[in-house]
Amino acid sequence: MSAKKETLGKTVGIVVAVCLVCSIVVSTAAVGLRSQQNANALLDKQTNILQAAGMLDAGATPNQIREKYNTFVEQRFVDLESGQYVERDADYDMYRAARDPEQSIKPQPDSAGIQRRANVASVYLIKDDAGEVSRIILPVHGSGLWNLMYAFLAVDSDGNTVRELVYYDHKETPGLGGEVQNPQWQALWDGKKLYDDGEVAIQVTKNASASNPYTVDALSGATLTSNGVQATLEYWLGQEGFGPYLQKQPWKS
Amino acid sequence: MADTKEMKKVLFGPILDSNPIALHVLGICSALAVTTKLETALVMSLALTFVVSFSNLFISTIRNHIPSSVRIIIQMTIIASLVIVVDQVLKAYSYEISKQLSVFVGLIITNCIVMGRAEAYAMKSPPMMSFLDGIGNGLGYSFVLIVIGTIKELGGFGTILGFEILPLVQNGGWYQGNGLLILPFSSFFLIGGLIWYIRTIRPEQVEPKE
Repeated sequence: MSAKKETLGKTVGIVVAVCLVCSIVVSTAAVGLRSQQNANALLDKQTNILQAAGMLDAGATPNQIREKYNTFVEQRFVDLESGQYVERDADYDMYRAARDPEQSIKPQPDSAGIQRRANVASVYLIKDDAGEVSRIILPVHGSGLWNLMYAFLAVDSDGNTVRELVYYDHKETPGLGGEVQNPQWQALWDGKKLYDDGEVAIQVTKNASASNPYTVDALSGATLTSNGVQATLEYWLGQEGFGPYLQKQPWKS
Repeated sequence: MADTKEMKKVLFGPILDSNPIALHVLGICSALAVTTKLETALVMSLALTFVVSFSNLFISTIRNHIPSSVRIIIQMTIIASLVIVVDQVLKAYSYEISKQLSVFVGLIITNCIVMGRAEAYAMKSPPMMSFLDGIGNGLGYSFVLIVIGTIKELGGFGTILGFEILPLVQNGGWYQGNGLLILPFSSFFLIGGLIWYIRTIRPEQVEPKE
């Protein structure tokens, strides 16, 4: 390293040149790949919704997933307080709206640990071949052991019978709390009932019997994750969550 | 231009003789975190090999123009740009895996192997050799990650790359998954064991007693 390249002018020149080249490379990559990334994020969401709808075939190609989604799934928006449908733009995001104080409330008490809840939530209606609503898919989330866990809860058109609980984003310990994604555990939810006499009755509990329609066996070695699932469901099925919507059942009219 | 023997040494030496993880004990943090599944370990290895080889190439190309007072910053700028490009490409073409790797792709920036090779080798060597040195060190890192990833996935989940090898008790088989192997810190034991093994077959790597 010779001394002559240590002049101030040259140092600044090299730094500026390197920064310029690097910023061009980075912004080209970011802009050039953005559409592909957005398509991926959308496809990921549609895949999870189809899984909750029980319509996801193993090995389906992206095009098949998109086509199926467009044919059978309808996104609607629900005002959680009244339980009625409202209109929103198709790109409305309930998790982004939850950060806006004007579009959200602070849950009291915040049993599910979600900080804020959007006033208007998305729901996904699954239509059968005749065009009738066969399942309702509700996005739910709540704190697990490490971080928020996001899931889709699929309910029959009676608004009471669970079909699937599909966790798609969480930071739980693999093999312990991460077992919320285990197909064997997910299968336990099929046919369980959410409400007994209008009260949230579903329980994630130890030694649950398969014949009891209100209990689901907790995950072994993951008590806090199981408690998180319980709190998530209690909140989102209660009066502050989808409770009014599931009672009024506006999809039937 | 160096001869083929020199090139071979630069390219394959880091796998066993001067492995960046086993001998220099660099890049341990990501080796702990992304090896729970073999698939993530493979992608992480590819990403790191790409970054370290190209950062070596670019830094070596302009090494005679880099003022030594700001050389670390310039190295970091180049490395960070490459890492962002890798991260964007992963998000675009391998969304599932990029979700699993999450922050660890971004953390390649602070991976000591990349900085170490840039500072120790690329600043003093011609571009072609630096590029090979980057690939070689990437291979050395990959070697450790693949070994650890295979042991952890097989022991913890009974699978390799998602294919069931040992049927788990949860799924009606006989194998009880080893919960310890699923947690990141179990890599400490495994990497320790690997270093022990490598130093047994290569006794010259053992440091002299002080």
